[in-house]
Amino acid sequence: MSAVLDDKTRNKALINEVLEVYPEKAAKKRAKHLNVYEEGKPDCGVKSNIKSLPGVMTIRGCAYAGSKGVVWGPIKDMVHVSHGPVGCGQYSWSTRRNYYNGTTGVDAFGAMQITSDFQEKDIVFGGDKKLDKLVDEITQVFPLAKGISVQSECPIGLIGDDIEAVSKKKSKEIDLPMVPVRCEGFRGVSQSLGHHIANDAIRDWVFDKADYNAPFESTPYDVVLMADYNIGGDAWSSRILLEEMGLRVIGQGTGDATLKEIEMMPRAKLLLLHCYRSMNYIARHVEEKYGVPWFEYNLFGPTKIAESLRGIAAFFDDTIKEKAEQVIAKYTALSQAVIDKYKPRLAGKKVMLYVGGLRPRHVVGAYEDLGMEVCGTGYEFGHGDDYQRTTHYVKDGTLIYDDVTSFELEKFAEKIRPDLMASGVKEKYIFQKMGIPFRQMHSWDYSGPYHGYDGFAIFARDMDMAINSPVWGMTKAPWKK
Amino acid sequence: MSLRQIAFYGKGGIGKSTTSQNTLAALAEMGQKILIVGCDPKADSTRLILHAKAQDTVLSLAADAGSVEDLELEDVLRVGYRDIRCVESGGPEPGVGCAGRGVITAINFLEENGAYDGVDYVSYDVLGDVVCGGFAMPIRENKAQEIYIVMSGEMMAMYAANNISKGILKYANAGGVRLGGLICNERQTDKEYELADALAKKLGTSLIHFVPRDNVVQHAELRRMTVLEYDPGSKQAAEYRTLAQKIHANKGNGTIPTPITMDELEDLLLEFGIMQKEDESIVGKAKVA
Repeated sequence: MSAVLDDKTRNKALINEVLEVYPEKAAKKRAKHLNVYEEGKPDCGVKSNIKSLPGVMTIRGCAYAGSKGVVWGPIKDMVHVSHGPVGCGQYSWSTRRNYYNGTTGVDAFGAMQITSDFQEKDIVFGGDKKLDKLVDEITQVFPLAKGISVQSECPIGLIGDDIEAVSKKKSKEIDLPMVPVRCEGFRGVSQSLGHHIANDAIRDWVFDKADYNAPFESTPYDVVLMADYNIGGDAWSSRILLEEMGLRVIGQGTGDATLKEIEMMPRAKLLLLHCYRSMNYIARHVEEKYGVPWFEYNLFGPTKIAESLRGIAAFFDDTIKEKAEQVIAKYTALSQAVIDKYKPRLAGKKVMLYVGGLRPRHVVGAYEDLGMEVCGTGYEFGHGDDYQRTTHYVKDGTLIYDDVTSFELEKFAEKIRPDLMASGVKEKYIFQKMGIPFRQMHSWDYSGPYHGYDGFAIFARDMDMAINSPVWGMTKAPWKK
Repeated sequence: MSLRQIAFYGKGGIGKSTTSQNTLAALAEMGQKILIVGCDPKADSTRLILHAKAQDTVLSLAADAGSVEDLELEDVLRVGYRDIRCVESGGPEPGVGCAGRGVITAINFLEENGAYDGVDYVSYDVLGDVVCGGFAMPIRENKAQEIYIVMSGEMMAMYAANNISKGILKYANAGGVRLGGLICNERQTDKEYELADALAKKLGTSLIHFVPRDNVVQHAELRRMTVLEYDPGSKQAAEYRTLAQKIHANKGNGTIPTPITMDELEDLLLEFGIMQKEDESIVGKAKVA
């Protein structure tokens, strides 16, 4: 008890310490994003989804990143056009390690960068004709593409190009779906609005144009696994479990997804929503319009996996419930072996998280399964409902930081000295230079999958590898004279 | 003498292009070497000097060639009446693209390629109001030093003149741009001269010239000519010569404008009886059947 009180006092003092450095106005604004979680409160007591302060080095992305990079990009059999000048597409080339089956450049296009490469004349005279021509070229070069999406970069919105009209016209001509997405980077305060815009585009340009009266052989166990981007194969290690418990996965996405699978959402009996932040909008729409319920599940670590599989099974009959128990039982030995191996090496280690819109809460259980403790967490672009959901995961006294600034995160780490920082590539080297073990929790540091039982074994190995690496004993920290 | 850069702004349809071309023709008559830069996608700022609408605009040629870097100055420069050199920026069809960016592109091209070498005057003819950054290009730093606003006694023309003054004020402190004065193009509205003169004073400038209405302007325009060329002995040609002399003598006399509020502008119109006092009780009420 006294340890919690000590932590609380220290964390509150830490918040005051970082705020003191800011100019008055900035301090007042940042104060609303920092807090110490109080057990029993309905949320984390921080404001979120607000414009970042200039000059603080936020870690956020833009709406284009949210649409092209997160939601649309992984749909593998479509060509996603970065519409505008070359830079946005070039610097977001390849993927967030959204693995997919298929042959790149033939029937899958995920890791390719296809852009309309705007020049000065396209800005001045408008780019609609160029887009028209580009579509013809795409159909020639990639005859197996099943659709095209237009991911708008900033200038498209500024010069008022009518990409919707081009999309309608060309869609008819090439007899394929063509989806205009108005995800200009200047819209919104982070990539989060890009997710929302991308979801709306699925609603308006995929669902509303699909024929749901066409014959379809359904079963009572049809589910769609959604908002899993298959980073390092996450969706695959999740899908195994769903299928083993007797469910029929009629669609998966957007990681390793085809456009047809995305179309399947309204046909499911249940939508299984992994990343709540990026696709809850379309899940809610499918629930409202097509009456399909959705469920936010979490497949990080055996405790949460068991909870989630039971939660999913509760939507179905006893056969599924029984099979869920069988699946849990089947993997208990495996996950216990993982725990037996790594818990002694990791127990009591402290973790600070700073990730995007889901993992700041979802991975907490996996760390706890290994005997570790999450002492601080925060979202880049979470909203109020994310911070409410976070209360189910974090302990009393946890330090909470929303849209944390570079300065704050470094200061917190310096004072708390966690045994592991778990954040993104932009943070990685800063903390490693501070002598703090680090894992990238956006891309799994080129490892993964981390979802499901298979993923847990890899997760445990990776955390051990980072924390217990002999390299940390070889550095001489200036504060350890 | 050093290069003087001037620009003509004003409400659309007020007669900017006609006034500027006639005035510049008169300046050419005085022996000045002139370059006209048309900053309007319609590309009609040099029509009376060239006797034709310029077809080869900077931007249309750049679009054909691939980029503006592929162009040479000779490709876009045309020489007209009294060796006045003419360039049109050109731009997109209405409703597409970004005409403002087009103006920026075209002006940068002209500067980089030495279009201003060896001329006494560069004159920018800019469409309508200062609607965006692109159309403010000529009043930014190191461009036009003096802006002449063409206006009339009509309320909307005066409103536009005030708005343009705001645009000039924005750049006046950072750069060297100044308001050269108002040019009133007569529309034969009530008390037009007095009103224009009063507005000029409010804006902290002067009514540099009052150009009377004369049909000879239309006759000349039908022949795609300036009055100076079509009927050099006419009274109207003399008016433009006077205006040209006044502009020539106005070097360094520009002021930082003092734009007024909408209320002050309305008060001015009330004062001259152009506008009736608003009856607050009738605002927003439909006609009773």
